Amino acid sequence: MTLFLETLIGGLLAGTMYSLVAIGFVLIYKASGVFNFAQGSILLFSALLFVTLLEAGIPFALALIPTIAAIAIMAVLIEWWVLRPLTNRSAMTLFMATLGLSYVVEGVAQGAMGANVHALDIGIPDLPIFVGDLLISQFDLVAAITAIVLVAILALIFDRTRIGISLRAVADDTRAALSVGINLNRIWQIVWTVAGITGLVAGLLWGARQGVQFSLSLVVLKALPVLIIGGFTSIFGAIIGGLIVGASENLAEAYIGPYIGGGITSWFAYFLALLFLFIRPTGIFGERTIQRV
Amino acid sequence: MTDTTLTLDRNTSQPILIRERKSGQHWLWLLLAGAYLALPAIGNEYWLNAIVVPFLILSLAGIGLNILTGYAGQTSLGSGGFMAVGAFATYAFLLHLQLTFPVALFLGGVIAALVGFLFGLPSAKIKGFYLMVTSLAAQFFLEWLFLKVPWFYNYSSSATISAPRLDAFGINLSNSLGKYYLVLTVVAVLTWVAVNLVRSQTGRNWMAVRDMDTAAAVAGIRINHSKILAFAISSFYLGVAGALWTFAYLGSAGVQSFGLSRSFQILFIIIIGGLGSISGCFIGAAFISLLPLALDVIAQTLFAGRVDAGLLQNIQKAIFGALIIWFLIKEPDGMARLISNWRSRLSIWPLRF
Repeated sequence: MTLFLETLIGGLLAGTMYSLVAIGFVLIYKASGVFNFAQGSILLFSALLFVTLLEAGIPFALALIPTIAAIAIMAVLIEWWVLRPLTNRSAMTLFMATLGLSYVVEGVAQGAMGANVHALDIGIPDLPIFVGDLLISQFDLVAAITAIVLVAILALIFDRTRIGISLRAVADDTRAALSVGINLNRIWQIVWTVAGITGLVAGLLWGARQGVQFSLSLVVLKALPVLIIGGFTSIFGAIIGGLIVGASENLAEAYIGPYIGGGITSWFAYFLALLFLFIRPTGIFGERTIQRV
Repeated sequence: MTDTTLTLDRNTSQPILIRERKSGQHWLWLLLAGAYLALPAIGNEYWLNAIVVPFLILSLAGIGLNILTGYAGQTSLGSGGFMAVGAFATYAFLLHLQLTFPVALFLGGVIAALVGFLFGLPSAKIKGFYLMVTSLAAQFFLEWLFLKVPWFYNYSSSATISAPRLDAFGINLSNSLGKYYLVLTVVAVLTWVAVNLVRSQTGRNWMAVRDMDTAAAVAGIRINHSKILAFAISSFYLGVAGALWTFAYLGSAGVQSFGLSRSFQILFIIIIGGLGSISGCFIGAAFISLLPLALDVIAQTLFAGRVDAGLLQNIQKAIFGALIIWFLIKEPDGMARLISNWRSRLSIWPLRF
């Protein structure tokens, strides 16, 4: 029973990382209808930039400023060069464009800052602690708390600020938002920046765990099943989806894995997502879209 | 390749008639004859094995994915996985049944088609991004399967497979010229089949489903049947391409050769070459195989080896990505359309009416 609980909690905490990445997806999908495959490479780019600045001797808090500025500049450039020319094209075309975008961002990031593994120390000890008689990773706990704080901040922004309200208007009905004078292009730039910052947070947490390296960008592949399970349009769904994927993956690896050779985390989440697709195609918290002729 | 053009006929009373342009066809025969006779004579072994053979195989894989994505409109990121199925199935037929290579290759393709059929089944219920999840599930599951189950690579310690022998009905094909002719013949035959297939009722059904599935259903096309057939045939092509890639190009390969990056590569071939165009697959594959070489030459001459290979690879990656975006924005029909535009502009040059 202890083993089960430990596996479950470990999975849930790892799942918060998936949630963080998936939130970035949901933000962009809601505001611009783009399934952003480049989220993973933007995550890699920002984490790599941050770590490079740290290694150049710039203190932690100060390194955040140029990193976030770079994310914002990138968001504006993406909006200019990719999103605006592709307005009103099919969702699949936009997806393929973000696939190309991910190659550009990865190529530029690794070309400019190298492909080495960078160790990243963000001051959180990675030692397990006992809660009752359960062994829990302190680091995962901090990561989970960070995720909760981030979501709370996002919720506040969406609820209280002018920008947040226009974001919700765009997500709700793009045309109506346009007609009341909301600058759609500006909103896209802001959303891509915010999504980039959630990516940065996820990248730093993940990078502190396993080093900042290329494999960080592959986390995007885990976000897809998370979104299918949680729904493409709900931040809350992204969180729950991430937790479900993280927990079930960990449990499956621990209990089913040994019988069929292990290493099943690479595809388990996808089969779970497929299962969900047949039962509830819009995800747990997704909006039901009705297709009319 | 013949393509159908809508032209205004000024001499007859009928305003518009559909004319078949067949002028390109004899060029095609010439090209094929050149590939069979002239190329082995003028090209050295390096060119044949390191550039022409992979180019031809990638074109074949491109045709496979184009049937599914360009013609039937179903996006897939699982091409690499289906290529692996073809390779490992062909290996099993070669090893356990001691079949001659072409027969094993065909059966390997059939097995890949069956797997494609299986993973195509969800397309009856879901589409778009959701369907992409199915293809990714296929990709990751197949990668895992061919790594974790040692039976597939005959319990070899390196987890790779290589052909026990390469012969077609007694003719030895294991030398480089033999491999070249093998690949060329398979690709030529399958291309001919594909060209006719997409012009047949089946192909037209696919395009109808791609353009608007509801309208296709109203017109009496069985959509699910069409989609799943596209999955199976596409996987057959990909499977054959995977087997050729392993046995005729690499010699020995593990499942690592058919990872997600392979799937992306095939997808890029058809985006750059042209979605829904068979000749586009060849153009895209040529482009994707020649661009790295061209970049290499440019880097060598301009910077004289001061650019290291890692950086060059990243530059290449960024250029590919930028090209994908550029094509999607400017010419969604790819290079095939660009070239045909130039050709039609050239055909009326210099007197435009």
